[in-house]
Amino acid sequence: MVEFPQFLQVPLGDWVDAIMSWVLTTWGAGFDAVGGAILFVLLNIERFFLWLPWTVVVVVTGVVAWQAMRLWWAGLIMVAFLVLIGSFGLWNLAMMTLAIIFASVVISLVVGIPTGIVMARSNIVERLLKPILDGMQTMPSFVYLIPALMLFGLGKVPAVFATVIYAVPPVIRLTNVGIRQVPHSVVEAAQAFGSSSRQILFEVQIPLAIPSIMVGINQTTMMALAMVVIASMIGAMGLGMEVLIAINRIEIGRGFEAGLCIVLLAIIIDRITHAMAARQQHTVTT
Amino acid sequence: MGNTAAPPSGQICVGVKELWKIFGPNAEQLLHSERRFDSKEKILEETGCVVALRDIAFEVRRGEFFVIMGLSGSGKSTLIRCLLRLIEPTAGQMFVNGEDICSYDELQLMDMRRHTTSMVFQHFGLFPHRSVINNVAYGLKVRGVGEQQRYERAREVIAKVGLKGWEEYLPSALSGGMQQRVGLARALATEPEILLMDEPFSGLDPLIRRQMQDELAELQAEVQKTIVFVTHDLHEALKMGNRIAIMRDGEIIQVGTPEDIITVPSDAYVREFVQDASPAKVLTAGTIMEQPNVLLYEWQGPKAALHILATTGLQNVFLVGHRGKLLGLVTLERLRELIKKKGNSLRDALEPDLLTCTRDTIVEDLFPLAASTSYPIPVVDEKGEFAGEIHISTILSSMIQRQEVDAHQVQREGENRDDGGVGEEHHG
Repeated sequence: MVEFPQFLQVPLGDWVDAIMSWVLTTWGAGFDAVGGAILFVLLNIERFFLWLPWTVVVVVTGVVAWQAMRLWWAGLIMVAFLVLIGSFGLWNLAMMTLAIIFASVVISLVVGIPTGIVMARSNIVERLLKPILDGMQTMPSFVYLIPALMLFGLGKVPAVFATVIYAVPPVIRLTNVGIRQVPHSVVEAAQAFGSSSRQILFEVQIPLAIPSIMVGINQTTMMALAMVVIASMIGAMGLGMEVLIAINRIEIGRGFEAGLCIVLLAIIIDRITHAMAARQQHTVTT
Repeated sequence: MGNTAAPPSGQICVGVKELWKIFGPNAEQLLHSERRFDSKEKILEETGCVVALRDIAFEVRRGEFFVIMGLSGSGKSTLIRCLLRLIEPTAGQMFVNGEDICSYDELQLMDMRRHTTSMVFQHFGLFPHRSVINNVAYGLKVRGVGEQQRYERAREVIAKVGLKGWEEYLPSALSGGMQQRVGLARALATEPEILLMDEPFSGLDPLIRRQMQDELAELQAEVQKTIVFVTHDLHEALKMGNRIAIMRDGEIIQVGTPEDIITVPSDAYVREFVQDASPAKVLTAGTIMEQPNVLLYEWQGPKAALHILATTGLQNVFLVGHRGKLLGLVTLERLRELIKKKGNSLRDALEPDLLTCTRDTIVEDLFPLAASTSYPIPVVDEKGEFAGEIHISTILSSMIQRQEVDAHQVQREGENRDDGGVGEEHHG
């Protein structure tokens, strides 16, 4: 009774392999097409970020941070952070990371906001999606790399795919919550004046859910950043790759520099999107 | 004052027949069983259903100010929402301008809400992200009115409710009273035929509430909408309504004019309600006035008049002219003077500065008149014709007696109230 009995073992791994190879042979062309489209968008975004002169990036970030946070010195700090990243010689890698984050967030929003809206308008959909979203968020992020790898192979596309899956739940959830939180009295008033359900959605519910949706966007962006670093394991170029290499070669200094850059990038993105969300909150509630 | 106008006798604008709303599982089943007339508590216990509206029927005429009054939980808010089908009734019929709105599909319903009706809410229901003008223009926007036109109309209505200059503010920058003005302006902007108001003033402090009531009454005199107004405040109901429907436990237990409600409460429940309403606020001069035993006529001579006074023992008598027109009050003292001076027109024996009132004057408003004169107060109608007289003692006794009688009756009926002597006067 020491060893686990042989007859109780379930070859789940084999089954999954079988399913995946079936999926790939049946839908392979579809995945290739999707992968190709994602890659096309991604490459162009990346090319754009790499093409941007660093001075422009620094100045624009500084101004946006200043405007969003309404503090001139906050803008200066953001500028200093970006200059620091450049001074480590990691500018291009940072821009690549940024490009993948950007692409992932855009895809997450395109998928997530409508999903959240559907979820808010149907209790059945909410009941179906909630456990799935819970599962997606409790699962360790590594796990997403496997199906992404299987479906799209190595490279940037599976990295984006895995990142989207990991980062999309908050925006779905908060869009749903935001719309459901719109006071019934306000929706009722809109109904009483003869609004169609489309008018109620676009004139009342979505505008009032904007602060909540903005918080969702902030969280999705931060999760995308976290995932992009991990996604370097399946071949996404960027700061994460640098950390990975440093770990493999036990180059502590190199790893520290890359890690610090990730932290700086995270602070910049978080502070700016957070401030934007907070300001939306302000305009709606007061 | 709203309650002083006679109820309009125009066409029926809103009609409700056998309306039921039951919340809970098996509502349909309950509706078709005999148990539906059991008490609310019993039904809840046995079936888990809440009967919110039970066999409601009433009619509202065009231009009428119809008040639905009841305590919280009486179903009045559910009822007013059913009228717009914001809540779907379980059974029954509702007519607006003769059309059965229960058979409306989504589009027809939307059309009715856009063009025929408007609603004002207890908690205002304003759109917090829209400026005042965009709130007011919302109904027009939904209807597809162009931007310039709807802003023009919105500005007009905003000025009418006294909010000029606040167009670009968000509702949260406004006080409660001002927010409800926005609510009212939003409802009026679409020029609806029917205005539904769900406790519009109950969230406001008393001073503002009175002010808003007065303004609404003025506005109503001007625009003559058909108004269905829900309230839990009897004073408000008596003040505003042409007719009042009193609700309890989902049923309408009495429909009538404010005076009916005060003077002939249909049962102990209504009487208890009415008990703390001061009759002075409801009774009008027309109800308490008396017909004098004697009148003098213009064409009578002074000596004849003196004879009449002497034989009846009266100190003063009203003088009327052709077609019963009131000319004034002749006092014994002045009559004697007139005879001494050998005058021959009774018009020369009149007391100067005569105070008059109309049939519609509320008793409360008679107090200052009564205090400033020692003579009876004549009641005249619109043409200046004499209708009756009111003595100070009449005013006082009408109030004191009524209160005593009410107190006795409530005490007596309070003891056997649970026997269910309710509901005889169902459909007004």
